[in-house]
Amino acid sequence: MEANKVLDAKGLACPMPIVKTKKAMNELESGQVLEVHATDKGAKNDLTAWAKSGGHELIKHEEENDVFKFWIKKG
Amino acid sequence: MAFKAMTSKEVTKKVFNKENLFVLDVRNESDFQDWKIEGRNFRYLNIPYFELLDGIEEIMDKIPADQEILVVCAKEGSSVMVAEMLSDAGLDVSYLQGGMKAWSEHLEPVKVGDLKDGGEVYQFVRIGKGCLSYMVISNGEAAIIDATRMTDLYLEFAEGIGATITHVFDTHLHADHISGGRAIAEQTNATYWLPPKDATEVTFDYEPLEGGIDVTIGETKINIHSLYSPGHTIGSTSFVVDEKFLLSGDILFIDSIGRPDLAGKAEDWVGDLRESLYTRYRELSEELVVLPAHFMIIDELNDDGSVAEKLGTLFEKNHGLNIEDENEFRKLVTENLPPQPNAYQEIRETNMGKINPDTEKQREMEIGPNRCAVR
Repeated sequence: MEANKVLDAKGLACPMPIVKTKKAMNELESGQVLEVHATDKGAKNDLTAWAKSGGHELIKHEEENDVFKFWIKKG
Repeated sequence: MAFKAMTSKEVTKKVFNKENLFVLDVRNESDFQDWKIEGRNFRYLNIPYFELLDGIEEIMDKIPADQEILVVCAKEGSSVMVAEMLSDAGLDVSYLQGGMKAWSEHLEPVKVGDLKDGGEVYQFVRIGKGCLSYMVISNGEAAIIDATRMTDLYLEFAEGIGATITHVFDTHLHADHISGGRAIAEQTNATYWLPPKDATEVTFDYEPLEGGIDVTIGETKINIHSLYSPGHTIGSTSFVVDEKFLLSGDILFIDSIGRPDLAGKAEDWVGDLRESLYTRYRELSEELVVLPAHFMIIDELNDDGSVAEKLGTLFEKNHGLNIEDENEFRKLVTENLPPQPNAYQEIRETNMGKINPDTEKQREMEIGPNRCAVR
């Protein structure tokens, strides 16, 4: 999937993956897609809930070698 | 203002003493709904930390100025961030050290009684998850019943009072938590007992625990007499210790009874459960003090934090022991059951020795309440 920006949040513990995602998201335009890589197990539930509450859309997520990848479309 | 760490032990004391505490839980809503820190006089506000990244102004009017405040999250990091923000805003707050992960693993030893010829019984209250395990100590020897996977605590406790662990029991194959019984037995060369009917698929050696077995702890002949009481699992076995205590496993709790469905056999086992509770237990002395393997709600705790009640009192007050009609009983324990414990199939397989997840994975599997009871 084509992303406008990729954020590497691997190795970061909660709350940093979301703090960084939020910052990266602020630099995007509405409709653009951010790709996030994280290793924190809590990231999946939290990013999903965060995206929903912020009006963004979690388009896709997958897990690959213990790395969680998320594609979030800015609302 | 300053902010500081509060340990699970300190929070446990507040639960036991029924103190007031304002819990600001910053996990996401579904995690909070599923499982939280329970206290009789605790108040709660759940707002996920990611809603507070821009500031805490919007929640300031919901936080009481006259109450002790504890910020809680899954592993600690987010609660530190929020505690710091609140502290910058002028509040005096604490965060839960180690988060809900540490809360789930905390064990608080509480003495529940003395044995006739010396010796004592301790209950280990796993306050965050509602699991109860036991140590029976007599003349320098100790038996452990239904140990959790936090094995160091039992080993240190036994060492601290100068007792050697000689016997380790599991009343049944647990579905809500990972047993530490086998690991403790391996480390101490103690005998590990497990009901054979629950152990048909296990991958390790054990001593078969069946009804009518007497095990002596210490020289003063403290008897642990086993009583076959199927229903929660087909092998479930209770113990009468020193003719004074009834360790009821997951068959009978203080304000609830065991559920028969966690091994997928609710319909088959409901008759066994009724037989155990309404016939076998009825034949026992009402003076026995019931010591269960779980509590479900915080109201089941006594004033000293222990979970214990006379069998006679439970025959009077426990709803699950007072259902005359067999069909009504069948309905209670097979219909409208609470959700099953998190990862209960994997937990059972771990306890059988079929899979060996690492510690981090074991923690994750055990997240949440125990959910072994029906009310």
